[in-house]
Amino acid sequence: MSGTTNILVVGIGGQGVMTATEILAEAAIALGHDAKKTEVAGMAQRGGVVSSHLRFGSRVLSPQIAPGEADVLLAFEAAEGLRWMHMLRPGAAALVNDSRFVPPVVELGLYDYPADPVGQMKAAGTRVVAFDATTIAQELGDIRLGNTVMLGAIADQLPFSAEVLLDCVLKRFQRKGEKVVELNRQAFAAGRAAVGAAEAVAA
Amino acid sequence: MAAVMPAPAASRILMSGNEAVARAVWEAGVKVAAAYPGTPSTEMLEVISTYPDVYAEWSVNEKVSLEVAIGAAYAGSRAFCCMKHVGMNVASDALMTLTLTGVDGGLVIAIADDVGLSSSQNEQDSRYWGRFAHVPVFEPADSQEAYDMTLAAYALSEKYQVPVILRMTTRINHVKALVTVGERQAHVGAGFKKDPSRYVMVPGNAGKRIPLMFKRDGALRAEAEQSPLNFIEAGSDRRVGFIASGPAYMHVRESFPDAPVLKLGFSCPLPLEKCRELAAMVDQVVVVEEVEPLVETELKAQGIKVIGKDILPLQGELAPPVLKPAIARLLGEPVDASAITIRPAQIFPRPPTMCVACPHLGVYYTLSQVRNLNISGDIGCYTLGAGHPWQAMDTCVSMGASMGIALGMDKGRGEADKDKRIVAVIGDSTFLHMGMQGLLDMVYNKASVTVLLLDNRAVGMTGGQDNPGNGRDIHGEEAPRIDFVKLVKALGVKEERVHKVNPYELPTLFKTIRDEVKVPDVSVIVTDQPCVLIKDYHKLKPYEVQEDKCTGCGNCLDVGCPAIHVTRRGKQVKASGREVDLAFVRIESSVCTGCGLCVQPCAPDAIQHYAPVSPITLVKKGCAA
Repeated sequence: MSGTTNILVVGIGGQGVMTATEILAEAAIALGHDAKKTEVAGMAQRGGVVSSHLRFGSRVLSPQIAPGEADVLLAFEAAEGLRWMHMLRPGAAALVNDSRFVPPVVELGLYDYPADPVGQMKAAGTRVVAFDATTIAQELGDIRLGNTVMLGAIADQLPFSAEVLLDCVLKRFQRKGEKVVELNRQAFAAGRAAVGAAEAVAA
Repeated sequence: MAAVMPAPAASRILMSGNEAVARAVWEAGVKVAAAYPGTPSTEMLEVISTYPDVYAEWSVNEKVSLEVAIGAAYAGSRAFCCMKHVGMNVASDALMTLTLTGVDGGLVIAIADDVGLSSSQNEQDSRYWGRFAHVPVFEPADSQEAYDMTLAAYALSEKYQVPVILRMTTRINHVKALVTVGERQAHVGAGFKKDPSRYVMVPGNAGKRIPLMFKRDGALRAEAEQSPLNFIEAGSDRRVGFIASGPAYMHVRESFPDAPVLKLGFSCPLPLEKCRELAAMVDQVVVVEEVEPLVETELKAQGIKVIGKDILPLQGELAPPVLKPAIARLLGEPVDASAITIRPAQIFPRPPTMCVACPHLGVYYTLSQVRNLNISGDIGCYTLGAGHPWQAMDTCVSMGASMGIALGMDKGRGEADKDKRIVAVIGDSTFLHMGMQGLLDMVYNKASVTVLLLDNRAVGMTGGQDNPGNGRDIHGEEAPRIDFVKLVKALGVKEERVHKVNPYELPTLFKTIRDEVKVPDVSVIVTDQPCVLIKDYHKLKPYEVQEDKCTGCGNCLDVGCPAIHVTRRGKQVKASGREVDLAFVRIESSVCTGCGLCVQPCAPDAIQHYAPVSPITLVKKGCAA
């Protein structure tokens, strides 16, 4: 449907994919959009694949994004970006956390992890912005900030201002005190900066 | 969870279908709500339990939960019960007679079908129960409808004294969308009115109720014809008209914005006149229903010309990528090639795994080391034991089935199984749900089976809900706790055949299993360590691999803990000339909780930490009893 924005957030159960999508939905709703959010999450708590769909606009009907119709892909893990890149519209951007979470089936030698997932995405013609959200979060002192780094990363790819999203992110942490709020503010800014820097290099 | 202050009326809130139903249940003045957890239905009861003024309980199984709700409805109070699709198989014994007695207070039964099989063993269509039990079925298409229809279902339930089924699917239960909520209306039940001719279903009484049920069918059909939940959207492109319900309606609207659509919200009994009205408007009618062709078959039997599963799949969701090409073909139009050519990249699968330090890891590692076993499994996190690296579960059918299937495997041994040992694996909550009866049957019929009862004090797979095995109620407050050792002894398992073992102590577990499988009797081995995701679990200091000591033997990988990662691989030629693969490892210290499972099979003692702690102290003081 024209006028509907489709955001696909993917990763692994336990990474906070569903929460990130929910915060994006809250931002869209705060601006008066209709919104629907849905997951394809097997047994998500247990390290499986999670793909979370967000659609917003004046009126959203089907909650699912069809293959080839995502306006932006936010991938919390490199191979998951590759797994879901077919969902993107031609020319749309994939924002990929270029860190790897290798599952037991690969450790057991049953499958191979792709040698260069981001390179493979680019070779397939996808516009990829890769950055290391995990390291950025660790440098800020807490790996759990990775979720906010990812939301910062997508902030300038949305049809609304980054400040609206930042407000929704910080609202989540209000009860945890000013220190946590400040850390998340920094993580959000770092995510935005990382994507900005990566795009500058690409251009 | 403590009661929360519900959002004020007229708020517009982002709610999942489950949250929307819970809100409506509270607003409807429901007094009693009961359920057994099951994806994708679980959150309904979880959320209801946070509202004030509603009695909410986790029941031991779906049949009991429905009976609890029936009792409250007989007493004149409004009642609610929910379950996943397969739960109704268990509860149906009550449902099929409930339809004869009817209810006094309103009773709504929400059934969550797992269309698309995100977390279930089959994809059965719960709309059949409406036809089978002669009760009305409502089918919401999003969260707002889930909320509205729940309220409408209580009104209908009381008007006709009939239980109403709210048929949901994963794509309703777990989708979040905006809902405008309202005020709570208090509802006070009149109290139980004794009436044996209605409530005591012996043949003489039941025989007189059956004609009333059929008469009610007619009245409900007339109601469905008039219901605002069934409506036609006229559309401008009259080549194909659609009859659709549930999420499929949204997919139809998305795919064919100009087509006429009969939206069925009150889909059983089927409003036949409404269907005829749509058919008269269009060239062809396509019925879009997930999963089975119920509406289609009924309309065809009425002589109404429709197309359905002739061109649409019988399995899975009917989303736009499925609908658009099917209708294009029907109309002889070119099919959009992109819908067919877009394919995901072929990379490794990422199946769900057991958690880091999960107590089940010890059990499955051990089972994978014992030879000559046939292992009947059950439903829960431990179903993952069928996967790599353990491959130590051979069957999974239904809740509690590990018991009966083990007994049948024992009694029905074929030539190849003559010397096989039979093991059954079942979790604590599944055992209480439907496993106890099977164990009793094994004892009574003198089986030769070793039962592993994995007591992790939680309904793990659905998110760690409380149950009678962990001594907490739905609010997390103290409740009587079942003693599994006493319970299995009471069911007749001999004193010396019952063992309680710490699953982190691999040598003990191995010896106990190996010894018990040799005994031609019923044995029960209870493992007693908590799920790592619940508050009873206590993290210990992480381990690390001493790089210079690791020989690459890979024994630790056989435990299957996701915290262990391969750093490099190699090959070694043994003295025998045989070449073996080596895998040198590291432990991800940010997720390791120090359970010590991988330490035990490590040949060169390369896994260490600074202050070794006995696995027995994994359980906090006070929780260990």
